[in-house]
Amino acid sequence: MSAETPAAGGLSEALWRRPGLLLLLLLTPPLLWLGIVYIGSLLALLAQSFFSIDEFSGLVQREFTLKTYRELLTTPSNLDILLRTVSMAAAVTVAAAIIAFPVAYFAARYAKGGWKALFYLGVMLPLWSSYLVKVYAWKLILAKEGILNWAVEGIGLGWLLQAWLSLPILGGNSLSVSYTGTFLVFLYVWLPFMILPMQAALERVPGSLLEASADLGAAPAATFRHVILPLALPGVVAGSIFTFSLTLGDYIIPQIVGSSRLFIGQAVYAHQGTAGNIPLAAAFTVVPVVIMVIYLWLAKRAGAFNAL
Amino acid sequence: MNHALRRLAACVSALALAAPAFAQPLTAVGAGEGEVNIVAWPGYIERGETMKEFDWVTKFEESTGCIVKVKTANTSDEMVALMNEGGFDLVTASGDASLRLIAGKRVQPINVGLIPSWGTVDDRLKNAPWHTVDGVHYGTPYMWGPNVLMYRTDVFPEPPTSWSVVFEEQTLPDGKSNKGRVQAYDGPIHVADAAQYLMHHKPELGITSPYELNAEQYAAALDLLRVQRTLVSRYWHDAFIQMDDFKNEGVVASGSWPFQVNLLQSEGAPIASTIPVEGATGWADTTMMHVDAPNPNCAYMWMEHSLASNLQSDLSVWFGANPAVPAACTDGRGMQTAEGCTKNGLDDFEKIRFWTTPVSKCPQGECVPYYRWVSDYIGVIGGR
Repeated sequence: MSAETPAAGGLSEALWRRPGLLLLLLLTPPLLWLGIVYIGSLLALLAQSFFSIDEFSGLVQREFTLKTYRELLTTPSNLDILLRTVSMAAAVTVAAAIIAFPVAYFAARYAKGGWKALFYLGVMLPLWSSYLVKVYAWKLILAKEGILNWAVEGIGLGWLLQAWLSLPILGGNSLSVSYTGTFLVFLYVWLPFMILPMQAALERVPGSLLEASADLGAAPAATFRHVILPLALPGVVAGSIFTFSLTLGDYIIPQIVGSSRLFIGQAVYAHQGTAGNIPLAAAFTVVPVVIMVIYLWLAKRAGAFNAL
Repeated sequence: MNHALRRLAACVSALALAAPAFAQPLTAVGAGEGEVNIVAWPGYIERGETMKEFDWVTKFEESTGCIVKVKTANTSDEMVALMNEGGFDLVTASGDASLRLIAGKRVQPINVGLIPSWGTVDDRLKNAPWHTVDGVHYGTPYMWGPNVLMYRTDVFPEPPTSWSVVFEEQTLPDGKSNKGRVQAYDGPIHVADAAQYLMHHKPELGITSPYELNAEQYAAALDLLRVQRTLVSRYWHDAFIQMDDFKNEGVVASGSWPFQVNLLQSEGAPIASTIPVEGATGWADTTMMHVDAPNPNCAYMWMEHSLASNLQSDLSVWFGANPAVPAACTDGRGMQTAEGCTKNGLDDFEKIRFWTTPVSKCPQGECVPYYRWVSDYIGVIGGR
């Protein structure tokens, strides 16, 4: 019998005898993809940020230096960009979590059948339409002569909007040219990315634990704080990773709605173009990477990944 | 001219890496190769697919047998990158890209004797420094246009006479301040507009070209732009967003292109444009031929076609620009009329300083290079 074993049989036998080999064969292509296309390009980017641009000729000097990072971290306008982007990302994440929680909670615990389908449709529907169309639509909604302004005037609350717009940093000439407007559009566009993981996490919280908590005399607030929130935390963190990193990297929304003050993504775009300042653009790109690493590390310390 | 060459050599030596020796220009146009590949701005080469009446390709293909293939590029950098990559015959390069392409030896000299319509080209453009180096022509002029001051006629009964409406706080004719009601271009090249304003209003700074600024002149321009920041709610980047801001955001005046002016007027909006006393900046594009163009005969035929056919006339209507051949305004080869050309700024050539990339070396010694314009303009917009 052994004399008649065809080659294919030998192969399958070898794979069966050594499962590690099969694993190696299956994993090599995706790992190569991940290693070369993802990590490799990231490292190439990182390397660029350690070059510098020659002040006189404007040419990139391919020698190791920390000059570009010094420029990034000591120029006030660059620091402004970093601070502006991180604050916006944080604000959007917190607001998205607050708005998403009740929605996700209702969908996970109360919605049944048709309601649940409606919920999924309602959350996913905006994701199916073009991102640009949504942002342009928001620009029109928020415009000085747009529908929102008109409606607010109509119900006699124009003074409130004006008071808000006269605030020093948050305000502006109209909602569409203020940080408030940028914030609202970010919040709208990224909200589904917060709701869906939250809802998945809340669904996995066993109802029996909530009943047990109530039986032991905990008020709803205490149950929320000590049972629901810790168990749903992985979902909240997963959602916040989406909203936070997506806001950090976006360069379209602040260009269309806002006061023209740059965010990190726009700064990268501006520096890599005709300016040819690739090192500074690369250094700007490294910032969100570093921030996300720190963020994930903090989330891990908070125990967000224990349930994984 | 030598001076200009030296100045460029510094900033583009990186591009000159693998440049072969200059190809000699053709001495006669032979039979077409069957196709021609062109890198062009969006909207520059229309074959009636966007709007039926705007077509300057079909007839060319029928008469020469050269199929036109277009690769659109959105920035000058993309154009330079595509030409460095190779495989294309022609490019519609703006003033900031054209000199880079020449210095990088990516384009070849043109034998104007092979282009019968060369004589009809605007005399003001024939030897323009952005495509003619040491007396050698590196392309045929294509289109040019000014950056005009667009304004709302319901706020300005008379055209504003000065760019000060977008640079300094003042009360507009309707009795309200211009604060929050004007815009400026969201690109570092806008520093040149500020410099041009200062050329007129602060002659003691000694600015001779808005693209060649020493440290002191540059600082003055930035100071002016910081004042402008307090007036501007949003800088404009996209032509259609700017048009929307004029309609829905209460914006009444801004630097702009004839393109937006024409479109808004065609929608019936109370919009007009002017070139104030200080003059204006502008752009001028050139059809240039790749040094290794695979289809040189078709390329020459296209260059001739670009000057001789309805292209100049209809494109100037389509794009709100000025033809490189002035006769295209009046001889009825296309839809453009003398009034249309006047509206697009044909008579304002002398008032326009065409865009070039600022570099370190300049006639007055050392100037502030473009990458500094980028980082500093970001700072100004950010409120620094």
